Amino acid sequence: MREPGLQTSDPGGEGALALEVEDLRAVLGGRPVLNGVSFALEAGRFCGLIGSNGAGKTTLLRTILGLQAPAGGTVRIGAGPAAGPRRGPPAVGYVPQRVLLDPDLPLRARDLVALGLDGHRAGLPLPSPARRRQVDEMLAAVGAEAFADQRVGRLSGGQQQRVLIAHALVRRPPLLLLDEPLSSLDPGSAAEIVALLGRLAAVQRVAILLSAHDINPLLGEMDRVVYLARGRAASGPVAEVVRGDVLSDLYGHHVDVLRVHGRVLVVVAPGGDVPDPAGHATVVGGREA
Amino acid sequence: MTAAVDAVMRALFAPGLLASGPVRTAAAVGGGAAVVCAIVGVFTVLRGEAFAGHALADVSSAGGSLSFLLGASPLLGFLGMSALAAAGLEAAGVRRAQGRDLATGVVLGAGLGLAALFLYFDATRTSAGGAAVAVMFGSMFAIPASTAPVAAAVGLVALGATAWLYRPLLLSSVSPDLAAARGVRLGATSLAHAVVLALAVALAAVTVGAILATALLVGPAATGIRLARRPAGAFAAAAGIGLGATWAGIGLAYDSAGWTPAHPWPVSFFVVALIMAVHLAVRGRAGRPAPALPGDGGEG
Repeated sequence: MREPGLQTSDPGGEGALALEVEDLRAVLGGRPVLNGVSFALEAGRFCGLIGSNGAGKTTLLRTILGLQAPAGGTVRIGAGPAAGPRRGPPAVGYVPQRVLLDPDLPLRARDLVALGLDGHRAGLPLPSPARRRQVDEMLAAVGAEAFADQRVGRLSGGQQQRVLIAHALVRRPPLLLLDEPLSSLDPGSAAEIVALLGRLAAVQRVAILLSAHDINPLLGEMDRVVYLARGRAASGPVAEVVRGDVLSDLYGHHVDVLRVHGRVLVVVAPGGDVPDPAGHATVVGGREA
Repeated sequence: MTAAVDAVMRALFAPGLLASGPVRTAAAVGGGAAVVCAIVGVFTVLRGEAFAGHALADVSSAGGSLSFLLGASPLLGFLGMSALAAAGLEAAGVRRAQGRDLATGVVLGAGLGLAALFLYFDATRTSAGGAAVAVMFGSMFAIPASTAPVAAAVGLVALGATAWLYRPLLLSSVSPDLAAARGVRLGATSLAHAVVLALAVALAAVTVGAILATALLVGPAATGIRLARRPAGAFAAAAGIGLGATWAGIGLAYDSAGWTPAHPWPVSFFVVALIMAVHLAVRGRAGRPAPALPGDGGEG
């Protein structure tokens, strides 16, 4: 099922592979969601995972994370072995979709970051200078020092995202997955989070895979993209994937990619595979804000 | 430490209080139950399982009343039934909030039905209503001294398990998604908390009674969570409030012997009233939310 034209390998190969997904298949509630998805991601890359609702973005992330068993294919993280369902802490940082933190939670931002370090361990956490330094460094790396001692549930959405990113990265995993982290943020906060992730990818050499239904907030920062549709993926540098011919192949229907005022509009002609109750052209992954 | 407590109690309460064996037993078992309930209760409140805690307590009343009927230790009766109910609820494995509430409600009703049967037999056999009051609302000065060592063991197991599971419990209470991503086994953690909750509830039931166990479990924990910015602070505040209310309640009940003719007032009333008073004071101090925001008053 792999179509060679959809795969774009990274020339030069400057970084070690942080993630390699090969011919991945996944089933959700009896319905095949992923039908042979393949792509690879090097350390330090910031990659957008783009697709409409129901395209399988969350399923792909959960399968990479080991929270869901694949129906076929392999996921390789870092230099580690191919992964199935795992026990113990995986070497992947994860920021789930819509984490609801109660405003009265007796937990400071720094406490949540510390739980990212050793939240799976048994026993009481003993205060240790090394532990505190790791947490402080991570809080500084995401720009959360100013509110590190406030209740995490009372922070703004953008501040909470920073703390959740620190929670996910404090163990310095080679790979960070974020599930729709921008969906509940205003455009200003979303731009700040995207810029922060771009910096983290470059400075910490972590590979970042971020799912979104809109490609536009990511355009300035991301250097790779994985487009999901019909259970398959097109991946590679943005300029090589976000093109009419590549996406037409992926959607199995004629697709136009329009670039207007620095924004990208992906337009599927009527009758395409994308749900389109109105029967009009459907804009995918490029919705005007 | 004990000397300091003695001095404070002596200054506050009627003479003879600490010389009384039943009072000492009540202070030891009641104080221990309050601390265990406060610590476990913080997790129960954070996990949104206050109703499940209440249900375990209600079901445990069937075990308590059966113990009275058989002349066995009430603590073991409470313990057996609450553990059985906890295991049953976990085995049902309902994860959706609404389905869980319904299953909990059904189990709660069944447990109280059994309690009704056993208490009826108790009443017809002994022609006294004492068992019903003791099981449902507690009878702290009637706790036999032999209960203390068993209660201490149960309490230590509950606290030890909670300390052992502290971080996975906390993370999964904050966000199950984050915990799962961190490699925490949610099912095992949830089961462990249910068992610890059953132990705490049995201790509460034997002191303030099955019906009022919820007050000891939820009240101090909810207040502690409101007071503290960090987990350790919430545990300390909850334990302090629970222990303070229980000991002060014992003292007041001892004092109350002369307030109305013939009978002292029940300890449980004072304990629950004090817990409520502290909770209201803390809510008031934190500043009343604007009436236009009814959402803020949702918990409690």
